[in-house]
Amino acid sequence: MNTVRHVLGRLASAVFLALVVGFFALPMLWLASAPFDATPSITVSIPEFTLANFRAILDNPYALGSIGNSLIQAGGAALIVVVLAALAAYALSRVRVPGRDALLYVLLLLSSVVTGTAAMVPIFELATRLNLVDTHIGVILVVSGGLLPAAIFILKDFMDATPTSYEESARVFGASPLQILRHIVVPVVRPGLATIAVWAMASVWGGFLMQYILLRDPAKSPSAVILYTLYTEGGQPNLDLISTFSLLYSLPVVLMYLFVSGRYGFRFHGGIKQ
Amino acid sequence: MTISLRGLTKVFPGGVRALDSLDLDIGEGEFFALLGPSGCGKTTLLRTIAGLETPTSGTIAIGGADVTALPPGRRDVAMVFQDYALFPHMDVTANIAYPLRIKKVPRARRDAAAAEVAGRLSLSELLGRRPAQLSGGQQQRVALARAIACRPKVFLFDEPLSNLDARLRLEARTFLKRLQDDLGVTTVFVTHDQSEALALAHRIAVMDAGRIAQVGTPAEIFRRPATTFVASFIGSTPMNLLPGTVAGGTLRVAGAVLPAPAGLPDGEEIVYGVRPEYADLSPVPRDDAFAGAVTVLENLGTSTLVTLEGGGQDGDLLVQVVVPEGEEPPVGTSAWAVPHTGRALVYHGDRLAGPV
Repeated sequence: MNTVRHVLGRLASAVFLALVVGFFALPMLWLASAPFDATPSITVSIPEFTLANFRAILDNPYALGSIGNSLIQAGGAALIVVVLAALAAYALSRVRVPGRDALLYVLLLLSSVVTGTAAMVPIFELATRLNLVDTHIGVILVVSGGLLPAAIFILKDFMDATPTSYEESARVFGASPLQILRHIVVPVVRPGLATIAVWAMASVWGGFLMQYILLRDPAKSPSAVILYTLYTEGGQPNLDLISTFSLLYSLPVVLMYLFVSGRYGFRFHGGIKQ
Repeated sequence: MTISLRGLTKVFPGGVRALDSLDLDIGEGEFFALLGPSGCGKTTLLRTIAGLETPTSGTIAIGGADVTALPPGRRDVAMVFQDYALFPHMDVTANIAYPLRIKKVPRARRDAAAAEVAGRLSLSELLGRRPAQLSGGQQQRVALARAIACRPKVFLFDEPLSNLDARLRLEARTFLKRLQDDLGVTTVFVTHDQSEALALAHRIAVMDAGRIAQVGTPAEIFRRPATTFVASFIGSTPMNLLPGTVAGGTLRVAGAVLPAPAGLPDGEEIVYGVRPEYADLSPVPRDDAFAGAVTVLENLGTSTLVTLEGGGQDGDLLVQVVVPEGEEPPVGTSAWAVPHTGRALVYHGDRLAGPV
């Protein structure tokens, strides 16, 4: 009786796990197979192998350029976020500022508003007056503004966890603040910086709304916006182009993850006696 | 280089007075200990000499030159931190050579200098390792090597031995004393461990609540502690400090009649101090001894610490005596603790009135 119950239990858990895996794996399978299918549909099937879809996407005037645009905007925003957040987090971690924690929490709260729909109209108005509409830099500044508070919040934790004796030791040897930052602080918190950079790039890469609103010219639009324009003349989603472009669109992010985790990983070497 | 501190005061935001108008002179080549319980200001004093804390008032001079306003990097001091603060992402060579890198010494020369210092501290095998791959003792030697490599005028050590385990600590202590002797560089170190201070230092400043309670050689501090605070702080077994009064040229302390130092008027209250090592145990009653019942025996290896309970009017005074191996009295028996002549200390108004 007990063994029967045990077997049934194992069986049920295996079926459940298979369903869960299937639920998450099917879209991935679709993404891997549909681009090579002559007649893709929204079901997963063994493809009638063809590379014609890739030729078609290369013929699209905006497709390849949009990946370049995504790289510029995501890379630019990641750079701004990492540099500014690192400096701000270092200062907030090391200098006593009255009301520091309150400031951080308010920033964090407002950041969801800044990138969210609530502030869309004023941001668009602001961008228009500053002549930032339809420019890469406009997009980069707006999305960076939205990412910075959370980035500062996360990096401040990394900075707080770094013992001040490293910096004091370097100071006694005569290192200047910038040398301390370059030689000691940045290398020690590098896993944190890499995390923030990947996170910022991935967020901007997947971002749609701000880019859609701030950019008019499709030649400057990032991939996420171009993906939205891939319809047939009849107004139906053009599945062969959408699937192919989706694959090209996700590859750089996957490569970036692999590169960063291989290069920087989550290592901390120690050197403070606990 | 000499170090002189004049009227040094440090008040932290929030009103904590860590240093209270402190004067101190440290001589050329001296190995100097700042000793005190935690919170006495000893680490603040060391950090103020390093320049990591700015004094609220007062001056610091190193080698006769006023450095009070100089940033830490321009005082020509090297500091070894309690946690060693080795840079985790640099190997041993890069760590030792770091001070030279700041001084813009070319890489080949600074690596050679690092290798030379490392050789001196038996670290040659470890040059390519990261701090996380070193044992505690090795990390400490790397931290020392880094301090030596910048050839400073003054070494500052913050609790240099506290992160080592007990056995290694004794080895490191001998090593450190020899190293300081060889280098001959003025060295100030902070410790809360009185045995470390006594063993290492040429002179010790005992600190209490931001002030210096006493400065002297280990022998002076051990034999003639200036206040009851110093008396209770120094010594591996705590000194017996017993209240008493002066009566007719003698002292009445916890039922014992003891000789008084000269110059104390009758009826004055005093504190009578005697180290457990400077008292003998008598199995028979004596007038010049503290009576009590043996309640605790603590084995110290070559000797035993005996606690007598029951002295004084209320019968609740404790007196401790160290007896040699094999002479322990049985627990529960009565015994009398006899202070050695000339080794007991009498404090009047928290000042040393003299040994008796």
